[in-house]
Amino acid sequence: MSLKAFHIVFVTASTLLAFGFGAWELNNYFVTGQTQSIVMGVGSLVAGIGLIVYGKAVLKKMKHISYL
Amino acid sequence: MEIPYTVKPRPDTGLYNAKVGIWLFLASEVMLFGALFSAYILLRVGAAAGTWPHGLLNVPLGTINTLVLITSSITVVMAWVSLKLNQFGRFKVYQGVTLLCALGFLGIKSFEYKDKFSHYEIVRTDGKIVDGHLVEKTKDHVILSGHVIDPSEKVEHGSHTPEHTEITVPTAEIKKMENYGPWHSTYLAIYFTLTGLHALHVIGGAVVIGFLWGPGSKMWKTDPERFTNRIEVSGLFWHFVDLVWIFLFPVLYLL
Repeated sequence: MSLKAFHIVFVTASTLLAFGFGAWELNNYFVTGQTQSIVMGVGSLVAGIGLIVYGKAVLKKMKHISYL
Repeated sequence: MEIPYTVKPRPDTGLYNAKVGIWLFLASEVMLFGALFSAYILLRVGAAAGTWPHGLLNVPLGTINTLVLITSSITVVMAWVSLKLNQFGRFKVYQGVTLLCALGFLGIKSFEYKDKFSHYEIVRTDGKIVDGHLVEKTKDHVILSGHVIDPSEKVEHGSHTPEHTEITVPTAEIKKMENYGPWHSTYLAIYFTLTGLHALHVIGGAVVIGFLWGPGSKMWKTDPERFTNRIEVSGLFWHFVDLVWIFLFPVLYLL
């Protein structure tokens, strides 16, 4: 597996973490009402979307590089 | 003597030798961290209900460190792609940013460790507990910035954050005094083991990345393909280290 393939695996895991953490922080916000939680929750969801966009862009940029 | 298959793929594996080597090494690393994650799960599942600590770690700092490592994984790939595109100058920038991210991660982690080692729990002779950060310690007394917990009063977790004040405890009233090091509880023992081992991997990775950014980059002039492969191999190791953190962060900080 090349660095390209491992990077896609990593970006996928990071995206899942970003959405999971976003949900965790939003749940915290609904329980405690802390502003910090909603800021981090929304920020994390935005970061998750950003990682999906980045993943697509990087796949396009590295299309000439092998997965092996 | 020329080392074989540093650039060309070996016919039987289809890969250059260093890539096979790093994947064999990473397989052993998966077993090492897998065993420790299993230990964590068994300890946690086996803990009596309500005894596993929550909220001991600083989530914003952990989040910043996660962002730092994700950024470093992006820059390490960009460094490799730059070499593939014959852009050595850009490689230097991306590799340098990766190194800075690694050092930044270690800086934040050491701040978190320092915070734990200066955080004390004092059990007084009257049974009450004083919990807080060390302000002063003399022969006669200890001053902590924290709060007093009465174990006889049951307080629901997360119901309120107690205000921190400076509390002076005379030495004669101290029954037990211990900081939040790995010896404090099972949770902290596995926390320090997992994050300490991970930090050692970050240090190792930073040394390699730093070498390839600095003196090791001379190879680009003599053997550019082999140098590009070295960057790929170090990038594979770095991705593994970052992936471990992607699992460590939610397990230790959130759950």
